[in-house]
Amino acid sequence: MNELLNVLTEALGKNLPLWIVLSSFSVGLVIFFVQESSHRLRTTLNLLAAVVKLALVGVLLWGVYHGQVYEVRWVIAPNLELLLHADALSMLFVTLSALLWLVTTVYAIGYLEHSPHRSRFFGFFSLCVSATVGLALAGNLVTFVMFYEFLTLATYPLVAHKGSDEARKAARLYLAYTFTGGLLLLVAVVWLKSIAGPLTFVQGGILDTLPAETHSALRWIFLLMIVGLGVKAALVPLHGWLPKAMVAPAPVSALLHAVAVVKAGAFGIVRVVYDVYGVEFADVLGVLVPLGIVAAFTIVYGSTLALFQDELKKRLAYSTVSQVSYIVLGTAILGPLATVGGIVHLVHQGLMKITLFFAAGNYAETLGIHRVSQMNGVGKRMPLTTLAFTLGALGMIGIPPMAGFISKWYLGLGALEAGVLLWVMPVLIASSLLNAAYFLPILYRAWFLPADSWPDEHIQAQRWETHGMLLWPPVITASLALLAGLFASLPFSPLEWAQLITAREYK
Amino acid sequence: MNEAASVVWVISLPLLGALLATVWRQYAATIGWVSSALTAGCAVWLLWVVQRAGVQELALGGWEIGLGISLYADGLAAVMVLMSSLVVLGCSVYARHYFRAQRQHELFWPLWLLLATALNALFLAGDLFNVYVTLELLGISASALTALGAKRAALRAALRYLVVGLLGSMLYLMAITLLYAAYGTLNAVQIAEALQVDPLGWAALLLMLAGLALKMALFPLHFWLPPAHSNAPAPVSAALSALVVKAAFYLVVRLWFEVFAPLTTPLLANALGALGAMAVLWGSWSALRAERLKLLAAYSSVAQLGYLVMFFPLLAVLEGEARQWLFGAMVLFALSHAFAKSALFLAAGILLQYAGHDRIRELSGTTQALPLTTFVIALAGIALVGLPPSGAFLGKWYLLDAAFKTGQWWWVLVLVAGSLLATAYVFRLLGHAFGHLPAVKRPVVAATQEIPALALALLATFGLGLGAMSLWSWLAHTGTGAGL
Repeated sequence: MNELLNVLTEALGKNLPLWIVLSSFSVGLVIFFVQESSHRLRTTLNLLAAVVKLALVGVLLWGVYHGQVYEVRWVIAPNLELLLHADALSMLFVTLSALLWLVTTVYAIGYLEHSPHRSRFFGFFSLCVSATVGLALAGNLVTFVMFYEFLTLATYPLVAHKGSDEARKAARLYLAYTFTGGLLLLVAVVWLKSIAGPLTFVQGGILDTLPAETHSALRWIFLLMIVGLGVKAALVPLHGWLPKAMVAPAPVSALLHAVAVVKAGAFGIVRVVYDVYGVEFADVLGVLVPLGIVAAFTIVYGSTLALFQDELKKRLAYSTVSQVSYIVLGTAILGPLATVGGIVHLVHQGLMKITLFFAAGNYAETLGIHRVSQMNGVGKRMPLTTLAFTLGALGMIGIPPMAGFISKWYLGLGALEAGVLLWVMPVLIASSLLNAAYFLPILYRAWFLPADSWPDEHIQAQRWETHGMLLWPPVITASLALLAGLFASLPFSPLEWAQLITAREYK
Repeated sequence: MNEAASVVWVISLPLLGALLATVWRQYAATIGWVSSALTAGCAVWLLWVVQRAGVQELALGGWEIGLGISLYADGLAAVMVLMSSLVVLGCSVYARHYFRAQRQHELFWPLWLLLATALNALFLAGDLFNVYVTLELLGISASALTALGAKRAALRAALRYLVVGLLGSMLYLMAITLLYAAYGTLNAVQIAEALQVDPLGWAALLLMLAGLALKMALFPLHFWLPPAHSNAPAPVSAALSALVVKAAFYLVVRLWFEVFAPLTTPLLANALGALGAMAVLWGSWSALRAERLKLLAAYSSVAQLGYLVMFFPLLAVLEGEARQWLFGAMVLFALSHAFAKSALFLAAGILLQYAGHDRIRELSGTTQALPLTTFVIALAGIALVGLPPSGAFLGKWYLLDAAFKTGQWWWVLVLVAGSLLATAYVFRLLGHAFGHLPAVKRPVVAATQEIPALALALLATFGLGLGAMSLWSWLAHTGTGAGL
């Protein structure tokens, strides 16, 4: 096995990150030209690309673990360089997206059966994942910005996919928010580059050597960057697009909330704070506290609004607003334990949220259930889906041994370590209570209330409660979320990996 | 073959084509695209020669400099010739099918090749009088081509275009008359050496700038452009927006940075930049409000030319390496716009042919039935907004960079506002590709129409966005002093 991997890494060479980006990009381009009726060809291409990408990521992971350096450089203009580079943080995000992409592809194939414009959908779907892994593997801010914009372009058609007036309006709103954000990020990056030179990501940051007279400019740039990234990360008050974007098909929502867009924003904030500014230098500048306050406010605000949503996907959307800010909160608290909590939540939130969206999609596709008030007794009709949903929801609340508990535990410890327990702890407690308040009634309805008639039953229960391609993805991701929590202390768990990253961020 | 011959061939090939197409009308289309293909080949050759052997200077007919026609090819000129030849080639391949079974067909090709001749001759002209001649040739052939639109609106626009063009040339002619009276020569290098900072020099500079600003439709002298560019046949619109206004811009660059260098103060540069900024805002806003696709594209050209002029005030204060980078970025922006805008007009032509109109609100079905054409519009849109990867993205990057380096942050605001407006007008269009209107019957579009548009759009985005690094080394090949 080791020998085979050696041969593989040798053959793929240093350009492996490039192949990983291109594996889905090229297939996406091909899929655009596949006839609408060639269902089998399209499915094969989709799955093949997803599996190949996952395998390549596996090889990359193996190589990085064994200390190999992967770097692809391409000069696009004087003093401007594209750089793909695999470090520990990017591996965390790349692995997450490659894994969840495979699962989501299976789900999407099942979900979109017989609907129109599938070639268009899967083409952009693949481009979207290429943008995400490109963003994860970006080795400097210039590259990051390019993939960040590309991600916006690739997701716009997915949000608009249904073509209804509502969908197009939501897509327009999405675009207005994200392009404005992207432009501000671009301005900030160019500005920073004119002060600090090449903006290669370095663990521990690169700006702390700059003279003191640049500090006020650096604060403004930080603000611009956080606004630019915060739009995608749905920081309040920049979150307006997210609940509206729920009109997109369920697999798109799942991808948007768990891996691609929202996570790209959060990942960007992690990158900027740790690998550009350096968390200790950011603390010196005094920008961490405001960031933490915004994150804390977002956490409570998102949870509170989620409480009042009857539409299931909207409730999940506001829950995302809240949950993603845990990552930002962990980033904004100075100290290794909080860092671990924030970074590991990048993975945990992804696993849990994608499960919830898959389950919500299953309810809608199978029984026509879109609202919480329609969910009475659904647990008996769809036990596996509801079980997955339950695990995801419990994880979101932070009940051990689910993955969400680990994140919150480390955030709490980190707050204690940094001496900010006084304001972080109430936020964590309030948010957990609110999470419980908006998730537990759903679980109660689903498991314990008697069933009414279903609004619109499309798929009859046969061997399984719904179509197999819809059923297994949430079951798998829920199991992963459970395993990530249960075996958090084993090697190669997300937690271990987050600790490895953290150890390198503090100089 | 003699290396300097490449300079002559890029001008004489299309001219020869124009003559042959007039004589053998039945073969006009074939002659047209073959000679454009050969010209494009020679343009590559020319760039290669300049790259390898340095600046090429040529005095036609053996007359000494100052008397005869002199040609001058440095890196910038060669790049512009290549840009023009590639766009002309793309449009020629497209035009074969576009003009099928139309009466204008026979009229189109001679005028079209004459336009290509005029463009290349203008880029390679070595003295100010040559420039005047090529400007007139360009203006006349361009307005005649506009008139091929044959509708009443097209004729009216063409006539106005002709008059405006003549007015611009007249202003230019007055300026060179002044210079000739003062210095006894029209050779660009000789004038640049002898030029004094005196009222006469100022008068000449301002007259030239006014004439060329009119020709390049710089705000507020842009009024003639939207009707002319939106009513012409598609390949003509493409060339007008991509190349003809760019030729006037090229002359402004040459005169500004080389001939009149002692006179160009930062104050004047800022005044130009301010006009550019207004062009960006006004052009983008008008594009956003345009009802028709081709009108949208035309207004977008007004805005894009504004960006080009916004480079001037920053170039005026930067020095050394940073200035060279910025200059290269400006040329890259011009190239990116040329390819993207020609692709957009060609795609618009396809939509117009199959939908019978180009009203943006009603294009939903057609855009869905023609996915490749829509894809071309999306790519061109990326380059017009300045999203990565595209030449315009890099251009804007350096523009922002220079604005921060020199502390002139107000250009940043203009750029942000312009980019947001551009996003809005591009996606107002693309949003219709997702609408629910019943898709019209899938029309059969000739590959020779979609492929050139696609190629140009790819060149503007992935080509220039990721592979333009050589541009800066090409541009490093300049003559010692002025070289017009």
